[in-house]
Amino acid sequence: MPDTVKINVSHANFFYGSNQALYDVSMKLRPRFVTALIGPSGCGKSTFLRSLNRMNDLIPGARLEGKVEMDGEDIYAPQMDVIHLRRRIGMIFQRSNPFPMSIYDNVAYGIRINGLAKRRVQIDEIVEKSLTASALWEEVKDRLHRSAMSLSGGQQQRLCIARALAIEPEVLLMDEPASALDPISTAKIEELIYNLKQDYTIIVVTHNMQQAARISDETGFFLTGRLVEFSETKRLFTAPEKRETEDYITGRFG
Amino acid sequence: MREREHTSKHYELQLRELKDKLLLMSHQAELMISDSIRSLVERRPSLAEEVIRHDDEIDKLELAIDNLCYEVLALEQPVARDLRFIATALKIVKDIERIGDIAVNIAERAQELIQEPELKRLVDLPIMGDAAQKILKESLDAFVNSDADLAEKVISNDNIVDDLYEQIFRELLTYMLEDPRSISRAIKLIFIAKHLERVGDHSANIAEMVIFLVRGQDIRHGTRLDRGR
Repeated sequence: MPDTVKINVSHANFFYGSNQALYDVSMKLRPRFVTALIGPSGCGKSTFLRSLNRMNDLIPGARLEGKVEMDGEDIYAPQMDVIHLRRRIGMIFQRSNPFPMSIYDNVAYGIRINGLAKRRVQIDEIVEKSLTASALWEEVKDRLHRSAMSLSGGQQQRLCIARALAIEPEVLLMDEPASALDPISTAKIEELIYNLKQDYTIIVVTHNMQQAARISDETGFFLTGRLVEFSETKRLFTAPEKRETEDYITGRFG
Repeated sequence: MREREHTSKHYELQLRELKDKLLLMSHQAELMISDSIRSLVERRPSLAEEVIRHDDEIDKLELAIDNLCYEVLALEQPVARDLRFIATALKIVKDIERIGDIAVNIAERAQELIQEPELKRLVDLPIMGDAAQKILKESLDAFVNSDADLAEKVISNDNIVDDLYEQIFRELLTYMLEDPRSISRAIKLIFIAKHLERVGDHSANIAEMVIFLVRGQDIRHGTRLDRGR
């Protein structure tokens, strides 16, 4: 197991106004690992995920204490360029949200607005590469200029992943990426996540514990804003250390 | 520490049914071992017969427990302690079933021995029978009560049974050397002692699984094998 750390969160406290959502969370997220975040609704796992690329900045009154560093760099430092940060840390949401444009333009969008490539052949190349990486290329290569809305839910989600990959991020944050999909599409997304970790650091929030068990290397269990346990996934699902983790993952709620 | 119940009542009931069946099965195995030794010591062929008849019930329970485990694995996808419980059930059910078979073997030897004159008054064999039963009972108690400390005691006490076997073996060897006509009976008694020694081994296996169940640590084969986590 590599000792390197991609994102280092130390003593994070998070507030929505006077409401505290995270309590003293420290977590070292490793590069080219899939880290799953599990826990009941309202436990703070999505808040935690969104604090990693400062998505919470958009919420009025939201505030983070503590430190979040990527490659040793404080992402909450005043001089941090948030737009640039979000390019390095892509995000995939529960509901796929393709833009109302063609499949091709969806993937090319980020390349164009970020000025990553100018010439058509270059953009073509990145679009193909991104769609191939998201395991969608074979299914759409003959209809790249059809509307993205014509794709199935699972295909739309893979398109969103391709769109995120096109701007070459280092980290992918996924918030329930497969919860709205049927089992076949879910399996494809899971397979995709497994393959993407060769190149990316992936952090996935999921309510589906079996999914966390299948795809992740490490798992963090959140409860009422606290990180109760964070360990190797196979350890956590066979012999967790904490009673709260045990009760939650074995289905002893309440 | 009492365990909390699963939110899913159906799942809770399935696990409870599994545990109940394991208890029933282990209770029968214990009884069969003690009856098989009694049938020999008290020279009661009918009791030996009863032990042999009981084996079918143990075998049926083994199948039922296996099936229930597969059902829970397929339908509930157990994790953590529940997963360790299923894994433990699948392993110890085999040990308990083997203990049943051992009781049958002892009963069969007993039936043969009862038909011949006594070789000697049996002193050490009943002691060994008691010792084997004791650690069997303790290993099953450890399982029922999730008592890892008791399980550790069982593992360290297994050598008591091993030592008794050595002692009985040596004693019967002297009988055979003195009088070749005793060989057939002495060998049967040695077989029985060996069977009891195996009961100790199975009990130790059960105890090892109890430690895995409770603590999530695999202690089998000691530190001999350097396993990665």
